[in-house]
Amino acid sequence: MNEPILQLDDVAVGYGGRALYSHVNAQVCPGELVTLLGANGAGKSTLLRCITGQLHPMSGTVSIAGTPLSGISDKELARLVAVVNTGNTLAGALTAEELVALGRQPHTGFFGRLGKQDRKVVANALEAVGMTGMKDRQVASLSDGERQKVMIARALAQTTPVVVLDEPTAFLDVASRIETLRLLAQLARDEQRAIILSSHDVGSALRTSSRLWLISPEDSTDAAQTAENGKEMLHPSELGTSSLVDGTPAQLIADGSLARLFPGRDVMFDASVLDFVPKSR
Amino acid sequence: MCALAAACVLMVLLLLFKGSVDLTPAEVWSALLGSDDASASMASMIVLQLRLPMACCALLSGMALAVAGLLLQTTFNNPLAGPSIMGISTGASLGVAIMLLALGGGAGVGLTHYAGALLGALIGSAVMLALLLLFSRFVKGNAMLLIVGILLGYLASSAISILNFYATEEGVHSFVIWGLGSFLGVTHDDLMVYGPVILLFVFGSFLMVKPLNALLLGSEYARSMGVNIRATRNRLLVLSGVLTAAVTAFCGPIGFLGLVIPHVARLTLNTSDHNRLLPATALWGAFSGLLCACISVLVGNRSALPINAITPLLSVPIIIYVIVNRQKLSYFR
Repeated sequence: MNEPILQLDDVAVGYGGRALYSHVNAQVCPGELVTLLGANGAGKSTLLRCITGQLHPMSGTVSIAGTPLSGISDKELARLVAVVNTGNTLAGALTAEELVALGRQPHTGFFGRLGKQDRKVVANALEAVGMTGMKDRQVASLSDGERQKVMIARALAQTTPVVVLDEPTAFLDVASRIETLRLLAQLARDEQRAIILSSHDVGSALRTSSRLWLISPEDSTDAAQTAENGKEMLHPSELGTSSLVDGTPAQLIADGSLARLFPGRDVMFDASVLDFVPKSR
Repeated sequence: MCALAAACVLMVLLLLFKGSVDLTPAEVWSALLGSDDASASMASMIVLQLRLPMACCALLSGMALAVAGLLLQTTFNNPLAGPSIMGISTGASLGVAIMLLALGGGAGVGLTHYAGALLGALIGSAVMLALLLLFSRFVKGNAMLLIVGILLGYLASSAISILNFYATEEGVHSFVIWGLGSFLGVTHDDLMVYGPVILLFVFGSFLMVKPLNALLLGSEYARSMGVNIRATRNRLLVLSGVLTAAVTAFCGPIGFLGLVIPHVARLTLNTSDHNRLLPATALWGAFSGLLCACISVLVGNRSALPINAITPLLSVPIIIYVIVNRQKLSYFR
């Protein structure tokens, strides 16, 4: 078993003085693809921001390669963690290759000039996502799926051991979604990176991830009861504390953790189709 | 690019050889070469003390404003940002207004009329810049900071209106004339300060190409690539602020160039890569400054047309073109 590259010790995640969930003890090893699942507002993005250093956890420590994040400078962190978000940029006039080349910034000198090695990394990253043929196309002329691949290639070109993606498949059609996840799983394996992503696509997550992190509300039975009685939909943060459950897809299906992901909601987990379906009346 | 540079040289020559006083090419030439003919001394004064500084001022000012505009547009991730929009030149105008209207043209503080305006403009833009830097601590999100800049500009405008209301006729006249914008206000001696300052800060901007390119992806991505967002933003604000302040102090508040020239550069170069865009913007800026000066001198009969009358005529069609074609322009998407 590898040494874990990312470690969370007793981390509490939240903001505005209130913890969404706490006592998170988890780790990710190189070569693993971890998908973070949870309802809207459960705190997936918040956890990812703690991992990328944009946010401080309310308590506990996030460590990368054994060093706590608080002891790592921004410049050093840029060589350890790369990020892929949704959202638009003003980089439309750059070519795909130029955008991917931006990923080399943490490794280049003052003016950002690319050396031979840098160019090779950029070319490999484009090849890995299958965008070599479109490297001279301007980003604005690419489809959403193609643009997402370019953003992933940029993160790859940053050659970091950890890659964090916040809902990378949010606006993609199902074909692009499946291709992207397959690509990420392959990259995790072949390049031995630790890849963590958040997703709303439970089915794909179950099929592609090495492990899942589920953010589930605790006391789910009570909450479900209250919800059904009051016929209200409770926001996850109102359901009392949540917790993060860590395990392989098989484990989490078997022990019912997956089924408890959306308590009090009108859905149920169907293991035969590996997805959530409407609750049978 | 070479064509642009050549055009710039041509326009400088045009400005040297043509003007409201008719001089033969021979006179101009000998004035430039510094021959000490008695009959050429008036020519020498006109060419060396008026026309040459004016041409240099036009070149430097256009370049400064264009570069300031590009820095602001990338910093605020907003293609419609510019030095006058951020309120920096309005702050400078307020400083000048206070000097000219309230402090009696600097006489109240023992300065000449011109030096007083200069000092006022520099202080005014510095204050506006400081306010923007202060607000950038509390206002997250680039669009909002842009709006704060616009609002601060409105505050400054209102103060200027009040000062004008209570001022003397001459004071208002001086202020209005200053507000029209002119490249003629820079003397040969002023150029010894103006030139190096502009060139220094434009060069300083060239040193920021790496973080500028990172900022194209937005501040979150830039941060993940190791860019110190707060420090970088502050540095970019200071660079663009000083460039704007210097131009406003020496030439009056010149609008539009800072907003439009970066777009012209992007349209012609078809890239957002600052390694190429920044020098191109500087060159196009120099070109536009000289173009405005040429139009001002050649079209105006006895005296030069005010620069602020010319810049909108050149700029607004371009801005409208950009806005209407937003969907087709790759750098907008």
